[in-house]
Amino acid sequence: MIDNVVPVTRETLLAEAQRLADGGQRLISATAIDQGEYLEILYHFDKDLKLTHLKLEVKPGEEVPSISRVYFCAFIPENELKDLFGINISNIVIDYQGKFFLEDEAPRTPLLKSKPPEQGDPREVAR
Amino acid sequence: MPGRTVIPFGPQHPVFPEPLQLRLTMEEERVIDAVPALGYMHRGIEQLAQTKDYAQNVFLMERVCGICSFMHALCYCQSVESLLGIEAPPRARFMRTIQAELGRLQSHYLWLGLVADACGFESLFMQAWRNREMIMDCQEAVSGSRVTISTCAIGGCRRDWDDGVLQELTRRLDDVERSMDAIAPVFFEDPLVKQRTVGAGIITKQEATLLGAVGPVARASGIVEDMRRLGYAAYDELDFKPVVETSCDSYARMIVRLRETFQAINLIRQALKKMPAGEVLNKWKGTPEGEAISRVEQPRGELMYYIRSNGGKNPERLRIRTPTLSNIPSLVKMLKGSRLSDVPVIALSIDSCISCTER
Repeated sequence: MIDNVVPVTRETLLAEAQRLADGGQRLISATAIDQGEYLEILYHFDKDLKLTHLKLEVKPGEEVPSISRVYFCAFIPENELKDLFGINISNIVIDYQGKFFLEDEAPRTPLLKSKPPEQGDPREVAR
Repeated sequence: MPGRTVIPFGPQHPVFPEPLQLRLTMEEERVIDAVPALGYMHRGIEQLAQTKDYAQNVFLMERVCGICSFMHALCYCQSVESLLGIEAPPRARFMRTIQAELGRLQSHYLWLGLVADACGFESLFMQAWRNREMIMDCQEAVSGSRVTISTCAIGGCRRDWDDGVLQELTRRLDDVERSMDAIAPVFFEDPLVKQRTVGAGIITKQEATLLGAVGPVARASGIVEDMRRLGYAAYDELDFKPVVETSCDSYARMIVRLRETFQAINLIRQALKKMPAGEVLNKWKGTPEGEAISRVEQPRGELMYYIRSNGGKNPERLRIRTPTLSNIPSLVKMLKGSRLSDVPVIALSIDSCISCTER
């Protein structure tokens, strides 16, 4: 198991990110894991080779505030999460609107196990 | 107030070996803003990894990138070994170190050639790539392959080396070092190279930390950050200190890589001296369960693998964070305020790898 995991909510995420930034922590990346009923997002930080993780659980469609105002570099993993999992992340400093890595004709939210019904079969979108 | 123009720099550009676009907002000759555009070759490897078993994924991870193929396999294998609670045998740990440093050498020589080419110094470009060829020959000598060497396995290395291979490696390293001794002063001192790189694309230590810079980009801004300090493979048994520069510009990033080539040769020599005899592969059984993170120092910086397993045949989630993803925000900062004529060298100075980025 990974150590040093700090659970956060959508309300406390920004304050925790700011606290880590003030403490000189470097943002490494963010990882999403589809757990079926909810999505788990892990934000990975490093200082002096020691890792810290913020763990956020969100339901599909729930709005997640972007931490890119605190860590500009967060715009990369956040756009990736938006592309691959369809996570509704708001106020990203550079928002590619779900087209950071994926072109129009690519399957939408390819890493999301349960597709939202309105999106239909992603292969249809690809065709 | 002068009018603004948006220039699409790339995706096909002589300084980019792979497709990356920078949308540059210009005021006359100055860059006011830069927005990176990716997605020209995204391959969905993270998704594919969830459909392959743990052993198959070693081969898949080797194909994330050609230049740092071994580092991807190493980082992946370390993460699975951590889940399984096993370690590579001591000899395999030294073999992994040697192959990682060979990979760093060929990557840095490739980049040094590209920067010489971008400066318009063709003969220097050819000399740097001549060195790279010698390293590719070393890789072929130790693995039978030049690019995807496919030597790393979960639990160690696939096959052992005999004494002949080790002697051949030592001899070739001497040739590489002699050649490098001849061309390094040109990179350090030549007015043409310095004119193009000194003062170009400055990023301070504080900015680099907040922008998440890694590898030579971070170390050229005075940050002592190198994942080899974690002591993976056999780095904990070698005399090693990260190469750090403080002038924060493209020249510093070049000098860090240049000094790291000499350091890599030194590390390989140390590893060859200390490498013990013995087994090179620990056999393993079963399916791992839990989650693990592995980090290694790729030629371009920190590479991170996150893996989660629910005890099934395939990983539940495999996340790959490559160094270029972390250095793109720094590039955006470096470009703001620079002259259009400096953009190629600055863009090159982060040594972006789009194959890794668009995994």
